[in-house]
Amino acid sequence: MLTLDNLDKVYRTGTFGTSDLHAVRQVSLDVQRGEVVSLIGESGSGKSTIGKMVLHLLDSSGGTMTFDGRDVTKLGFRARREYYRKVQGVFQDPFSSFNPIYKVDRTFETLRRSYFPRVTGSEWRSRLDDALAAVTLEPDDILGKFPHQLSGGQLQRLLIARALLLDIELLVADEIISMLDASTRIDVLNLLGELKGRGLGILFVTHDLSLGNYVSDRVVILYKGRVVERGETSAVFDDPLHPYTRDLLASVPHLDRTWDEVEAEEAERTQRLAGRCLYHEAITAQGRSLGEEADAADGVPDGVGLVEYAPGHFVGCFRKAAEEKCPAAT
Amino acid sequence: MALAVNDLKVWYRTRRGDVKALDGVTFEVADGEIMGIAGESGCGKTTLGKALIRLDTRMKHVGGTVVLDDDELPLADDAAMRRHRYREVSLIPQYAMSAMNPTRKIGRMIRDLLSAHNVRYTEVLPELERRLKLVGLETDVLGRYPIELSGGMKQRVVLVLSTLLNPSLLIGDEVTSALDVSSQKAVARALVEFRDHGFVKSMIVITHDISVLFQVADTILVMYAGHLAEKAPAKTIISDPLHPYTKMLIGALPKVGDRYEEQQLEGIEGRPPSLLEPPAGCRFRDRCPLAHDKCAEAPPFREVSEGHHVACWAVS
Repeated sequence: MLTLDNLDKVYRTGTFGTSDLHAVRQVSLDVQRGEVVSLIGESGSGKSTIGKMVLHLLDSSGGTMTFDGRDVTKLGFRARREYYRKVQGVFQDPFSSFNPIYKVDRTFETLRRSYFPRVTGSEWRSRLDDALAAVTLEPDDILGKFPHQLSGGQLQRLLIARALLLDIELLVADEIISMLDASTRIDVLNLLGELKGRGLGILFVTHDLSLGNYVSDRVVILYKGRVVERGETSAVFDDPLHPYTRDLLASVPHLDRTWDEVEAEEAERTQRLAGRCLYHEAITAQGRSLGEEADAADGVPDGVGLVEYAPGHFVGCFRKAAEEKCPAAT
Repeated sequence: MALAVNDLKVWYRTRRGDVKALDGVTFEVADGEIMGIAGESGCGKTTLGKALIRLDTRMKHVGGTVVLDDDELPLADDAAMRRHRYREVSLIPQYAMSAMNPTRKIGRMIRDLLSAHNVRYTEVLPELERRLKLVGLETDVLGRYPIELSGGMKQRVVLVLSTLLNPSLLIGDEVTSALDVSSQKAVARALVEFRDHGFVKSMIVITHDISVLFQVADTILVMYAGHLAEKAPAKTIISDPLHPYTKMLIGALPKVGDRYEEQQLEGIEGRPPSLLEPPAGCRFRDRCPLAHDKCAEAPPFREVSEGHHVACWAVS
């Protein structure tokens, strides 16, 4: 449904915009209907930038973005409005997504004014009730209240309900649970799982691996703007290949194993993959030599390219940052 | 034992009445123990941490005592507490790393802090440098500005500077939150190392992230709405919790490997009660599946097996 092809983002930084920050480097990924794709990475990995480009809150600097086969890389005002009927986003801080002076109903009223001016009051009300029911909220508990009277989890679900009113096909969920308490987090995650079952595609941006793992079908691991590994969730989590993915998985605080135990378990894999680069091994096996792969692999330089290690499990060159040298290069 | 808190009550004065944020908590922290405090926002965990160091103008010490190394802390007396602060009890408040003075170099900031406590910077400098190296920082961070350091580096600087005078008790409030998992691991490990080296005798680590506590803490104390719910060794809290709230809280945390399709986890219905007029009895009653008439009376926080305390009538 949504396909990103070699998407690039360069920020101008410095006092007079003199230096460039390459925040997203030729990222390719796709999200299908009824599927949750997690973008996982630490701060500065470019995961939120990708989410914002999909939502057209930021312009991309290169590459293309298509939605159901239509090119949506650049959209005019009118086209963007149509696009938002199908694609919506929910963000990290539910409290700052609402205007504290107004009751939460206003969020829905503004939506109605801009997108459904011809819908009658009673028809609108029943749609609203349906949307609230879909996110397991009671209209009487919610409507007519101010944002501070509701919990973070309730507000976050309200924002999802707002997105559902538009009959969207893709939801960009950017760290939507990191500010919620543990007891309500899981409700929002379960809601995403249920929406997925009803055919919604979800791009789930997160830094928390256990949460990313819980709902997602596929994961994309980002480091410094580049995709280092991607594939089926279970494939990536059970057999992490890239050094960064392995570091990340070894740093997650588990509830049943201590860090030392995890490190001991991973020692064998670490040993086996030390000083190697599966990307360049695959390139060499294809009969191409270092430096030639850019032409062969559709012009994607080896710094950001991926090879299919196992069916559906892709991994990039084992260097960490794009500027570093590949560990296998001597 | 290092710390003994007995029936401590600290309320917030507001125009609408007193908010009973900390309403009668009793627990002990042994020498060398790292105790984690977990709970939802608004459960009183931060208030507890702050109460042990300084009551701000809105906070009121209503009752109870705090004894540290056989010395009672004069909680309500701001001036008298000054003698204990930093030297005996040290606090890393929430967002400490963002609160560094951006116009001062790190070394200068530490010098100011030490002179406020009548300690010479040059005297402790060798130890300061040794400890910075121990947490994996170069000594030249002292000549840098906070903006030049990453979040994880700043948090480690904060940890070193707050324990320079070897306090008996260190309270770390959300010290590993807002960090990437790799920095989180480095900071959490530094906490344990500081205890092992004896730089601090005991520690209270406050966080909403129970999986971090499982990695660093010896014991975990679970709080709910200003009351204590359960305290037990970290492993026991995770594998054999007794209090219904702890059970539901642990049950709501997905482990790496849990999948929505295979097994759906459940959250906890409802919200904690308002602490302005909290209901009598057990405060978890409204959300508890096991609640019965007896729960109208507050359950005592009693020891059910060695080192395992629970406040629930349903636990025998």
